[in-house]
Amino acid sequence: MFEVLSNTTIGPSLHRMVIRAPRIAAARKPGQFVIVRLAEGEERIPLTIGDANMAEGTITLFIQAVGASTRMIVATPVGGFIRDIAGPLGKPTHIERWGRVACVGGGVGTAVLYPLAKALADAGNQVTTIIGGRAANLIILKDELAAFSDNVLITTEDGSMGRKGFVTMELGDMLADPALCPHAVFAIGPVPMMKAVAELTRAQAIPTFVSLNPIMIDGTGMCGGCRVTVGGVSMFACVDGPEFDAHQVDFDNLFARLGTYREHEAADCRLKEQVK
Amino acid sequence: MTNNISVKDRMAIERTRMPELDATVRSRNFEEVNQGLSLEAAIQEAQRCIQCKNRPCVEGCPVSVSIPDFVGKLAENDLSAAAHILQRDNALPAVCGRVCPQEHQCESKCVRGVKGESVAIGYLERFVADWAMENTDKLEKVALPPPTGKKVAIVGCGPAGLTAAGELARAGHKVMIFEALHDTGGVLRYGIPEFRLPKTIIDSEVKRLGELGVEIEFNVIVGKTITLPQLREEFDAVFIANGAGLPTMLNIPGENLKGVYAANEYLTRVNLMGAGRLPGATTPVIKGKHVAIIGGGNTAMDCVRTARRLGADRAMIIYRRTEKEMPARLEEIKHAKEEGVEFIMLTAPLSIVGDKDGWVSALACQKMELGEPDASGRCKPVPVAGSEYELPVDVVINAVGTNANPLLTATAPDLSLNKWGNIVADENGMTSLEGVFAGGDIVRGGATVILAMGDGKSSAAAINKWLSSK
Repeated sequence: MFEVLSNTTIGPSLHRMVIRAPRIAAARKPGQFVIVRLAEGEERIPLTIGDANMAEGTITLFIQAVGASTRMIVATPVGGFIRDIAGPLGKPTHIERWGRVACVGGGVGTAVLYPLAKALADAGNQVTTIIGGRAANLIILKDELAAFSDNVLITTEDGSMGRKGFVTMELGDMLADPALCPHAVFAIGPVPMMKAVAELTRAQAIPTFVSLNPIMIDGTGMCGGCRVTVGGVSMFACVDGPEFDAHQVDFDNLFARLGTYREHEAADCRLKEQVK
Repeated sequence: MTNNISVKDRMAIERTRMPELDATVRSRNFEEVNQGLSLEAAIQEAQRCIQCKNRPCVEGCPVSVSIPDFVGKLAENDLSAAAHILQRDNALPAVCGRVCPQEHQCESKCVRGVKGESVAIGYLERFVADWAMENTDKLEKVALPPPTGKKVAIVGCGPAGLTAAGELARAGHKVMIFEALHDTGGVLRYGIPEFRLPKTIIDSEVKRLGELGVEIEFNVIVGKTITLPQLREEFDAVFIANGAGLPTMLNIPGENLKGVYAANEYLTRVNLMGAGRLPGATTPVIKGKHVAIIGGGNTAMDCVRTARRLGADRAMIIYRRTEKEMPARLEEIKHAKEEGVEFIMLTAPLSIVGDKDGWVSALACQKMELGEPDASGRCKPVPVAGSEYELPVDVVINAVGTNANPLLTATAPDLSLNKWGNIVADENGMTSLEGVFAGGDIVRGGATVILAMGDGKSSAAAINKWLSSK
């Protein structure tokens, strides 16, 4: 059992939960994830570890309540418990000193990006962070990211904060300017965003990394459900990833596979609403 | 006294038949197929054993159960004595009585099988184990030796780990099992379906280990949450039994379409997570009306029979060779056929065909014929030119096998592995690292529950010896 120590809302349906998990806090590195199962009978859900405090034995998870199961997880009050948290899983991000890097986050992906960007900054990289969302209330962690980024650029689709448009506009401007052009790009967010970033950096062959979030069950290298097509072959996000070379990833296949249970999820949500 | 039955009279008794649920009913639910013997039938079957001197059946058992002894006690209707012997020799008798391939092990060695049918040892094992679970008050309490003060870590709560845990706890060692998943049993729970091995059986066998002082910690992935070097510091010995890893891919086009599963994922959804089976389960599974399973082993049978139960009109086994070469147990094949499973033999998949939305719509196949025997001794399937055709399906399940799990071994660079990534261990389970032993699928690649248990038992004996020499 894992105790919830704090649970705050940081955006629409977006929660930051701090949970006591000393072993995971001690072992975890940026880029890794956990599998969370709230209670008996519930799903196993992969969630990236947003942050950790080894001294206090805690991990921070950023959870967007989009489905029935994530809604139930974020409804856990302070002092409540999560039955199962397994991890840290996946390979840590390969952190090196690239020089100038661009970290691109979209929606809840920004939370996943946060520990990675921080580690890149700690390694001596010049970090430009670009965060995007539909509207201002979906822009998260901008102050936290600003603390170590050289520059934080914001885009919103409705123009309610920062530049009106998409993260790719800001990234495109950087790529076009030799004085700003990054030596590596890290992008985490919705699949269409990661795909657009990959397409943008492909021509200049700028090393670009994405963190993928396929459907997963055990997360421990057993079931094979999290396979993604990378460089034309099947790879497993739980043991080979979750980070991959963006220029090799088949995003269309990932997007399609993520939709496998869409109908089921919709029905499940309706059912839970009725029960309430 | 039953001992007075003459050999001639024993020989005259015919082998009992296992009562089964009706095939049309059971192919639509998850209830256990084999219903178990009645006391009368079990005693009568036990009396078929002629108590021969050489006891070849024991040789055939990977965990060396004293078969004639427990069968003899059962024949005398002394159930608590029979249970005592069985539970002493086998940590998971109710599991083995259900899933062991007895026809290739103990029963294949039975002298009664030379001229006629062997004693139904598996049925009797199950009967005695089930009786013991329901009559714990009538069982002698296991007397534990004084604690040795030694601590053993076991990685994985599957058949090998559980067996080793029981043996080591009964030798007086402190045993701690680290399990990656949220529940016990490993493959027994996520892999083997309810209709072959009810989950309550696993619970009850694990509870018995708890009574011996074995502790289990869930959600710990050795190699990730903690490392092998950490375990070696904290414990006097380590037994690695973390099982098989990721599926072997077919490497044919269309493998990542929606509706294509690896057997482990499909079975885990249904067995461990309860998808399509338990009313409260939130984990989904694509049920499929026309389901093709690729492979001919026990896992393929488990998948195809599960597909029937989830409502498939056509549940099909696609296998490159013929039924004769299939590695699955005869009983599984028989049950599958009774349940309406189609066996499409001498057929290999070429590609998986998708519709415009990325869902599986067909399996492109090719007919095969058998050629010369290959390295495995089985006839090599050879494609028949021009025999390609498409089989309409909406779910495809790949049950051709698994690879070694890399998570633990990646953090233990000194541990010797073979070229497939499996841990190298000697016949006692000893690895290249002092005090580290390994067994089950992480050593063998894909094998059976009972071979894993055999490894657990022999490794436990070796660990015990090693600890006492320290």
